[in-house]
Amino acid sequence: MEVNSLMKKEEGISFNLISHNKLDKLSSDEKLKFILAEVKKGKILVLEQGLTPIEQTSLIECTMKEIEQDTFIGVEMEGYEQENPTFIQKIFKIYKKPRITMIGPADLLKTVHKDNNMIQIKIIPGRGAK
Amino acid sequence: MGLFKKGSLSAILQKIFGKKHAKIGIYGPPNVGKTTLANRIVRDWTGDIMGSVSDIPHETRRAKWKKDVKVENGGSHLTMDIVDTPGIATKVDFKEFMNVYGMSKEEAKTRAKEATEGVIEAIKWLEDIDGVLLVMDSTQDPFTQVNVTILGNLEARNLPVLIAANKIDLEESSPATLKSAFPQHPVIPISALTGYNSENLYSLMVKHFSKKRKKRWR
Repeated sequence: MEVNSLMKKEEGISFNLISHNKLDKLSSDEKLKFILAEVKKGKILVLEQGLTPIEQTSLIECTMKEIEQDTFIGVEMEGYEQENPTFIQKIFKIYKKPRITMIGPADLLKTVHKDNNMIQIKIIPGRGAK
Repeated sequence: MGLFKKGSLSAILQKIFGKKHAKIGIYGPPNVGKTTLANRIVRDWTGDIMGSVSDIPHETRRAKWKKDVKVENGGSHLTMDIVDTPGIATKVDFKEFMNVYGMSKEEAKTRAKEATEGVIEAIKWLEDIDGVLLVMDSTQDPFTQVNVTILGNLEARNLPVLIAANKIDLEESSPATLKSAFPQHPVIPISALTGYNSENLYSLMVKHFSKKRKKRWR
């Protein structure tokens, strides 16, 4: 019998808001390990300051390596694009930091709608965190 | 030749006028028509095809590479190595292949496993290309995290990108939505299936991917 580790709805769903201070202290590799470990436990993370595009790509790569077909099918990740730096910011190499991002297990979250002003994500009924 | 050997003259001209050879990756989420477009380009300029296409996601699970595809645009040309990459996704669920596409459990699991490896391979190819033809489905919402992530990655690497708004032969397509979603990049509406607007695509590819770049151009 297949066991889905996320089918424990009686234990509720955990949303963790992660401060930028917490992530700032970690290297890119450490950030990705932390995020994937939490998401694999069935937690939904809201990162106050999201990942850079290169980190996001690495997260996708790491996620693919971690997929276990009966227990972890991947991540749902949504956030806003980094705003384009102004001319002055480019000259002084001041780049805007990544913006708020939500990351959770793909069998728990589903993006319903996303545009420049709103991201709507629904929790798939009957799922819950460990 | 007198003053210059042929090779060094070519290098000098290239330095002044831009590149004449580039490795171009065809990227995008699964099922947006990457291989259909790769087949279109390769067939139009070499008579060959790149790979098989299917309505089932993750049909291309290994990158395919066609070297020396010479694309002409009036008096100029660009010779490209075209790399058709597997679709990039943040999740792969074998049950989708069973429930939606009627595969057996064994087939579905094998396809899912190969699909995850394909995503990794596609990402690794980003290290080794000179420009990207990013294919999006113009009938779908363009603000997917995969599109945003790929574009952000290419911008961070300073790689030139051309967005192909594919499937405009379908009634529900809206290339204008795609253009307004990513105004910082050139967007060309096409139908890889019918070949609609492919001449303009080739013209734009030659112009856009021939430009001199400060970084990464060889």
